[in-house]
Amino acid sequence: MLKNDIAITPELIKAHGLKPDEYQRILDLIGREPTWTELGIFSAMWNEHCSYKSSKKWLKQLPTKGARVLIGPGENAGVVDIGDGQAVVFKMESHNHPSYIEPYQGATTGVGGILRDVFTMGARPIAAMNALRFGAPDHPKTRHIVAGVVAGVGGYGNSFGVPTVGGEVEFHPRYNGNCLVNAFAAGLLKTDEIFLSEAKGVGMPVVYLGSKTGRDGMGGATMASAEFDDDSHEKRPTVQVGDPFAEKLLLEASLELMASGAVIAIQDMGAAGLTCSAVEMGAKGNLGLTLNLDKVPTREPGMTAYEMMLSESQERMLMVLHPHLEEKAEAIFRKWGLDFAIVGETTDTLRFVVEHHGQVMADLPIKDLGDQAPEYDRPWVEPKRQPVLAAADVPAPQDYGRALLDLVGSPNQSSRRWVWEQYDHLIQGNTVQRPGGDAAVVRVERPNGGHAKGLAFTCDVTPRYVEADPYEGGKQAIAESWRNLSAVGALPIAVTDNLNFGNPERPEIIGQFVHALKGVGEACIALDMPIVSGNVSLYNETNGEAILPTPAIGAVGLMDDVTRTIGVALAADGDVLVLIGDTTGWLGQSSYLYELHGREEGAPPPVDLAAEKRHGDFVRAAVIDGRVTAAHDLSSGGLLVGVAEMAMAGAKGARLLLPETEVPLHAFLFGEDQARYVVTAAPEDASRLIVDAAMAGVPATAIGAVGGDSLTLGGLLTVSIDALSQRHESWMPNWMSAA
Amino acid sequence: MKSAVLVFPGINRERDMARAFREVTGVEPIMVWHTETELPDVDVVAVPGGFSYGDYLRCGAIAARSPIIPALRAHAAAGRHVLGVCNGFQILTETGLLPGALMRNASLRFVCKEVRLRVDNAATAFTSAYAPGQVIRCPIAHGEGNYFADPETLAELEGEGRVVFRYCDAEGRITEAANPNGAVDGIAGIVNAAGNVLGMMPHPENLIEALQGGLDGRGIFESLARAA
Amino acid sequence: MKARVTVTLKHGVLDPQGKAIQGALKSLGFAGVDDVRQGKLIELELATADRAEAQAQLTDMCEKLLANTVIENYRIELI
Repeated sequence: MLKNDIAITPELIKAHGLKPDEYQRILDLIGREPTWTELGIFSAMWNEHCSYKSSKKWLKQLPTKGARVLIGPGENAGVVDIGDGQAVVFKMESHNHPSYIEPYQGATTGVGGILRDVFTMGARPIAAMNALRFGAPDHPKTRHIVAGVVAGVGGYGNSFGVPTVGGEVEFHPRYNGNCLVNAFAAGLLKTDEIFLSEAKGVGMPVVYLGSKTGRDGMGGATMASAEFDDDSHEKRPTVQVGDPFAEKLLLEASLELMASGAVIAIQDMGAAGLTCSAVEMGAKGNLGLTLNLDKVPTREPGMTAYEMMLSESQERMLMVLHPHLEEKAEAIFRKWGLDFAIVGETTDTLRFVVEHHGQVMADLPIKDLGDQAPEYDRPWVEPKRQPVLAAADVPAPQDYGRALLDLVGSPNQSSRRWVWEQYDHLIQGNTVQRPGGDAAVVRVERPNGGHAKGLAFTCDVTPRYVEADPYEGGKQAIAESWRNLSAVGALPIAVTDNLNFGNPERPEIIGQFVHALKGVGEACIALDMPIVSGNVSLYNETNGEAILPTPAIGAVGLMDDVTRTIGVALAADGDVLVLIGDTTGWLGQSSYLYELHGREEGAPPPVDLAAEKRHGDFVRAAVIDGRVTAAHDLSSGGLLVGVAEMAMAGAKGARLLLPETEVPLHAFLFGEDQARYVVTAAPEDASRLIVDAAMAGVPATAIGAVGGDSLTLGGLLTVSIDALSQRHESWMPNWMSAA
Repeated sequence: MKSAVLVFPGINRERDMARAFREVTGVEPIMVWHTETELPDVDVVAVPGGFSYGDYLRCGAIAARSPIIPALRAHAAAGRHVLGVCNGFQILTETGLLPGALMRNASLRFVCKEVRLRVDNAATAFTSAYAPGQVIRCPIAHGEGNYFADPETLAELEGEGRVVFRYCDAEGRITEAANPNGAVDGIAGIVNAAGNVLGMMPHPENLIEALQGGLDGRGIFESLARAA
Repeated sequence: MKARVTVTLKHGVLDPQGKAIQGALKSLGFAGVDDVRQGKLIELELATADRAEAQAQLTDMCEKLLANTVIENYRIELI
């Protein structure tokens, strides 16, 4: 029997976020009252963040396999084969709750955590993105949170030295009480040099590396699984502080150590730090593990076992090393000025034993900590779907020019330059498509020379759509990422998902979750984009109001020859603009309806996955074959905004023709029908392209020509590109500087 | 031409710098760790960009006190070339090899974008491949690039033609709008009195291939190769 | 012995952070803040108990590392 200095009261159990039946489960598992340290360990392992107890049932149904998938969900990040013995490693993870409480540090540690996930596998990070969602621009906290989060993302990524090449920034009042910070990172490794967390061998040294342990982030993973109330600002002390300098050293030291052959297993200390990493390494390897906390490098004196086991100090790793290479390993870490300590060893007992000051503070069955975590089949209800909204029920603008200017200058359609110029997106010298287009493209050199490949990255989801119809909205998130990758000439190969939802104890929230995942899964199968990693963030609610359901998708595409990529910018006067895809004038849940009329009504545009596949394959082939000079996916804002974006990017005008269609003009111009692109091509190429499209079953229509310094449409609309750019570029800096 | 690239903990553009030397001169540079006390026999030593020591205390301050620095001083004193870019420029001012200091950007924000530079002195070993007054494109990526020097130092720099690059607009005009960080008189790069040590905030090493969007940065490396 | 080194920007050197703080104070309703200069505070624990020796050591540290005397002033306090 372990000694218990602190009485385990119902209040203490509740404070650890454990429900009475969950505590009973602990008692049943270990056959005695847990110590305080053990209670902390259970609360860390069994909270929503670590155990996925409310979501596991549904996550299992997602498609995770594919010909290129080397490692799917379950490791630190997914690994996908890109040929030539190379693989891309990537994942997206949320740091929502900490970022709301302390925006700068919340964002830095989010970026730091995802970078560690990637280089823990042995990969050098080559690209980062961030999907950020904030409250309404006029909410008093929003500006402060945006400034802090953006500075934090930049502060960490810039110093670490990874290019931040893309992402999303959106505003909506439903994020007033819960911002979303979803950080994506991708790295590159050789397929025969992948490192995993599974410990192997009995009596092997367990080594602690990186920064010292302090009291940061005590119970952070527990906080990440709690709903907010008005006292949330008092949770500030639990937010960790990031040190990108230490992380950069940890990256270099880890990669050097891996190359030395000393590493058997490696796991980053993320949420619930030492606890989660040690249990995972042992449990995966079917081994026990004993930790001696006297050896753990600490930053503050007098830390208890409980504090050390739950600390979320950043920039730390746990490794199992080959005993005879210990000295070599230590020398590498000393060279980089990082702490290195043997803190335990693997055992054959299948027990997780924690010793401190000669006392056993915890002695638990290691497999059960993870495997026996509660798993809930939470009740759910069918989401209420919005009825289809007819175009006739949405007013046409009095003045199309003004409507376009208002839309490109609106909070959600305006340029994000103010954000991405604070991110170093050029470091490493491989950025081929910079932020601001459909997808970022990064060069990947082949190990044995030859023309360089490319990897394309995009983040997508339209939460308004998901709210109105979780199933179609889930499909749309995947479809949009498919289009963004296809438009730059990349073949979509895999995705990571970051599922942000409200309180899973409410049936309508789980209803959203279940249906959104169904849509995501179906689209992934139809478009052959397996999900190789991901993260679930629940309890994004404040005072009972949940965020918009936000299954953010990070998608990766591959190019055989990176020089074939093209961007969105109009390239040459006289080029013909060709609209790919069908336009029915779908205004339900459109940006036009929301930004200009303040209405969130109607069903979102339905997604025809077969059409997406056909149109995407056609556009991608046209890009790769050099048949088009620019390509742009049409999504939020519809056709007119899409063409305006191309015009602004190229600083060239375009003359659009009035469409011959039954569709009301405003619905034609602002509707958000899916599976659409605008491409440009020289006149003779355009004619051939349209014929070939017809043969391939892809609708394609010439809609105008590039030229002049204005965007015009019949006699209805004439807006100078300068005026468009001025409005497009000014909203965000003006809003940020209006204190 | 033989070159070396210094590596301090927290430096992160050393590979970009090495690639530029390799691509333009065909010779792989030698990477030199900060704890070394001797430099290899090379024509050029580059001090690359990054966040040496996390930019803690002051940008470049701790790196400027590293064991390798005396060797760098000796290299410079011997009249050989030193190229400091971004954090490298900050390190060179902290060592005193170049005058002035780099302060926080006037906007208080990190800024990464492409700017235009006017080549105000094309007669240096670093800029002979450019035409005098030529306007080139170049990326920047820094939070503390706001060049400062006292009036006497500025007068000396201007009088001796030691301001090599200035931020300018497309027509080569030095305007406030074209200045990304508040640097005095739009100063983006300077040389020492002997003309063999150049410090600049922009990153020519990130614009040397068509894939990167242009070739304007090559001139620095071509000039150095020509001088060697 | 404990020592405290305060490093501030020299007068005449633009201090954008100080300006930003001043602006923020103004927007929070604190009237009459004519100027704000920010700097950094470095606390040290020294082995020596000799004040003169400590003073000399600290001056040397400031000149060599802790301050950039091109743009910064420093002040040493022994506690």
